[in-house]
Amino acid sequence: MPAESGSNRRPATGAFFQRDRTWHPPALTPNYKTSVLRSPQKAPLSFDNTLSEITGPVFGHAMLGELDADLIHNFARPGESAIGERIIVYGQVLDERGVGVRGALLEFWQANAGGRYRHKKDGYLAPLDPNFGGCGRTITGEDGGYAFRTVKPGPYPWPNGPNDWRPSHIHFSVFGHGFAQRLITQMYFEGDPLIWHCPIVRGIPDKAAIETLIATLDMQATIPFDARAYKFDIVLRGRRASLFENRLEGN
Amino acid sequence: MAQSLGRLRESPSQTAGPYVHIGLTPNFCGIVGVYPNDLGATMVNDKTKGERIGLRIRVLDGTGTPLKDALIEIWQADADGLYNSPAELRGAADPNFFGWGRCPTDMETGLCTFDTIKPGRVPFTDGRLMAPHITLWIVARGINLGLHTRLYFSDEEKANAEDPILARIEQRVRVPTLIAERQGDTYIFNVHLQGEKETVFFDS
Repeated sequence: MPAESGSNRRPATGAFFQRDRTWHPPALTPNYKTSVLRSPQKAPLSFDNTLSEITGPVFGHAMLGELDADLIHNFARPGESAIGERIIVYGQVLDERGVGVRGALLEFWQANAGGRYRHKKDGYLAPLDPNFGGCGRTITGEDGGYAFRTVKPGPYPWPNGPNDWRPSHIHFSVFGHGFAQRLITQMYFEGDPLIWHCPIVRGIPDKAAIETLIATLDMQATIPFDARAYKFDIVLRGRRASLFENRLEGN
Repeated sequence: MAQSLGRLRESPSQTAGPYVHIGLTPNFCGIVGVYPNDLGATMVNDKTKGERIGLRIRVLDGTGTPLKDALIEIWQADADGLYNSPAELRGAADPNFFGWGRCPTDMETGLCTFDTIKPGRVPFTDGRLMAPHITLWIVARGINLGLHTRLYFSDEEKANAEDPILARIEQRVRVPTLIAERQGDTYIFNVHLQGEKETVFFDS
């Protein structure tokens, strides 16, 4: 991406902080059964980032449509809207240094208010909402901030144990500035008792890590008589500063 | 107690789940009209420089069964070995090549196809050239943290032999897990999640 007009900011080009793989769920989490045959068993090959990991695609705001960040209306018939509890989800994409990540593409998807996905693989008996597609996207601003409007997704049963339920959640896909920052995660809702029963959530070993995926109700950000608001910050890997680092000319 | 470094910790990953298409390739799964097209579906145009190649990729579970609900993203340099990215300081990449693609595995066959160009060579951290390669990122139901690996090319034997990343693989019998087989203009690449032929995945 060319430097924005009027900006003298130099692009950041350092390698990313080592990923703390103990903070993430391990590949094999047997209580989430699908992981059993899909989890690599050999140790990964570790190496410091090369240009292939330090670089990454950048998406411009020009690709966004007017309703991309409005799941209440982006699939609805004219004059209609999705059914459910109207909410705003907002927050910041930050890196591990605490610096906002500008220009990050966020894509999100979710079930409807009854807990049903618009997908041929989802056979849950809750009905589809003809006015709800379930996808949205946005690009963060200068400070890493973002916001979108949607309905609160419902919890739903899924085939794992005989009676496992997913807590209400929104899936997030995040691009940072380098491909090594690529991340997919899920946002949960403050106060949902199903969080602590969920085999997918419980694949994360540390309770403190799980808590970073729980969005907080923010009554000060609500729109009275319209929508409540949940705040959800996302943290991507930080970039090492090139303090006193031996660097090849032009590398 | 010493001073706090004041750092944050990366958000923990969670699986993309079975409905990843809704968010990342909605047109592919029948959610039409929200976005004009699915991002990353087309990588080249008439003006893109470089040799046209196809990639046919499958992801196989521990029983050898292809995943039919996975999603693969690829990231690569242009024909001259330049990335289309702000962190690329060596020069301007081909403006007709974005370098990033996204493809869901076919819901019946598990096959993922990309039409792209063969990338040029990119320098390693010490300036030596790496062999031409494409970075892969794989997500799916049952994968808790996106899997990072590379695709190298079978007809680049000499470059592969001096590639600093391939050279790091201690068990040499595993090197071929990263090399796609050329058939005509197409490269065939099977990603094995487990077993004797388990692909070398990266932590970088």
